[in-house]
Amino acid sequence: MVKSDKRETYFDAIIKMGYTRRDFMKFATFMAAYMGLKTSAIAQIADALENTPRVPVIWEHYQECTCCSESFIRSDHPIVADIILDKISLDYTETLMAAAGEQAEAAKHATMEKYHGEYILCVEGSVPLKDDGQYCCIAGKTALEQLKEAAAGAKAIIAWGSCASNGCVQSAYPNPTGATPIHKIIKDKPIVKVPGCPPIGEVMAGVIVHVLTFGTLPELDRIGRPKAFYAKRVHDSCYRRPYYDAGLFAEHFDDENARKGYCLYKVGCKGPMTYNACGSMRWNNGVSYPIQSGHGCIGCSEENFWDNGPLYERLTGLKGFGIESTADKIGMGVTGAVAAGIGVHAIASAVAKRKAKRAQRAEGKTNEEELKA
Amino acid sequence: MKTQDYKRLYIWEGPVRIFHWINALCILTLTITGFLIADPPAIMSGDEASHRYWFGIVRFIHFTAAYLFVAVMILRIYWAFAGNRYAHWRNFLPFNKKGLQNMLHVLKHDILLIPERKPGLSSVNIGHNAVAGLAYLLMFLLALVMVFTGFGLFSNNASWWFPKMFAWVPAALGGDFMARTIHHLSMWLIWFIVFVHVYLVLFHDWMESNGEVSSMISGFKFFKKERFKEE
Repeated sequence: MVKSDKRETYFDAIIKMGYTRRDFMKFATFMAAYMGLKTSAIAQIADALENTPRVPVIWEHYQECTCCSESFIRSDHPIVADIILDKISLDYTETLMAAAGEQAEAAKHATMEKYHGEYILCVEGSVPLKDDGQYCCIAGKTALEQLKEAAAGAKAIIAWGSCASNGCVQSAYPNPTGATPIHKIIKDKPIVKVPGCPPIGEVMAGVIVHVLTFGTLPELDRIGRPKAFYAKRVHDSCYRRPYYDAGLFAEHFDDENARKGYCLYKVGCKGPMTYNACGSMRWNNGVSYPIQSGHGCIGCSEENFWDNGPLYERLTGLKGFGIESTADKIGMGVTGAVAAGIGVHAIASAVAKRKAKRAQRAEGKTNEEELKA
Repeated sequence: MKTQDYKRLYIWEGPVRIFHWINALCILTLTITGFLIADPPAIMSGDEASHRYWFGIVRFIHFTAAYLFVAVMILRIYWAFAGNRYAHWRNFLPFNKKGLQNMLHVLKHDILLIPERKPGLSSVNIGHNAVAGLAYLLMFLLALVMVFTGFGLFSNNASWWFPKMFAWVPAALGGDFMARTIHHLSMWLIWFIVFVHVYLVLFHDWMESNGEVSSMISGFKFFKKERFKEE
């Protein structure tokens, strides 16, 4: 089936793995649905997977916890894990590849040279910049050197998770390692940000299948996130939204309202400020998501979510004013100062007014006397 | 005999007064509903959620008042070009020599209450004084911050082009979190100006007895006859 001089396509690999064409078509349909494409796109996806040679992928891990990989391999269609991840596409990923040490590095360099300008670079994790980047070293090189080397020949970069997209927990105040997201280091390559801690597995699958099959990046929003998954707030697709509009809120996690499933807004749900697909796609094959499990959204796909105030209160912290201070505290302070200032000024003006009045009265009396005369 | 001759002068034209009071009402409404949205009170009842919509209504009032706020803001900007000299935009950029002198005078004699040795008529302000003009410029900028962050946060739910125009704002600020914080903080700064403004209006009315407070409704203020000759 596959000519020796021709590069293997995804379809070839899928059939080789023992999947039927029917499985393959189901997969293409799944992907179209994930990406929010219309039904005619199913044929396009199938066509692309059948005819375009597979795109090599280098998957780098820097400062991170591997939760993005964990999420991805649990994506709910087996072909995603089997074909895209395990068997064919990944030329380098520390976590999942069989090779290790020098062998692994050799495989990566071979791909980087052979497919210069063609491969997709997936980055999981942030890059430490403080102290010469010594906080994350792989194969004797710092993460920064590794990233620059790998990015040089990449066609596009996918920044997996909040670490690579906006720094996540390592870049939280005081950011001891100088953790930096990818887009602040690499400026000359197209970058897709897929934030979340971790991102939803199906979202990751949708993004990577889009890039691999169409050879283009999905449509991105202003921040660089795929619109198909990050266009709406968690709040806007939340099944508890009617309780929000009705003004029915859980006051505590153990009260009657929480048991009734009321809105978690007042116990710190960050859904109204968080752009993600949790409400519509959900997690673990669509089983549930945090709010459905009775816990507010922590806003994990938003920038600086660790520093944006407490997770269980409706407050918003301010950088530079100290972590604990909030807009209201500042406001009350300012108002108090104004009230005090007004008080002092009013007393001083009362004194001044008395003097003026005395003069006016004197003037009035003189006028009266003159009128009498 | 030495008597004072006062004359009535029409200063605040209709559009200015309409702007002023609708704007004040909007700020009050937006603040009250804004606080309710930020920290909704626990209103309990045995009703089903489908029978209730009070929080939705609070948000509706907030968004409607925001549109009204923008509408009167546009009216006032128009009137800053079309209105009389007391409504003119130059009042709000008092950075010329005369404006700076007046600012110094206001700071010295109105704010710090240093008695004037020889009260000159030219220092009596008919419209806004320079410090007030500057404060209203600041107020205008804060109102713009509110409009930009507010409609930016609103844009995702809107279908009209007007709010969508501001969709870039939260993105530029690094997300809805920061936009919301700035929106909230600017509200306090507006109230800071409002408190000082209300106090100083009462202060001037009391000290100068020129009908400052009633002028906000009638449009007329009273000045010594001699002051007119200079104007």
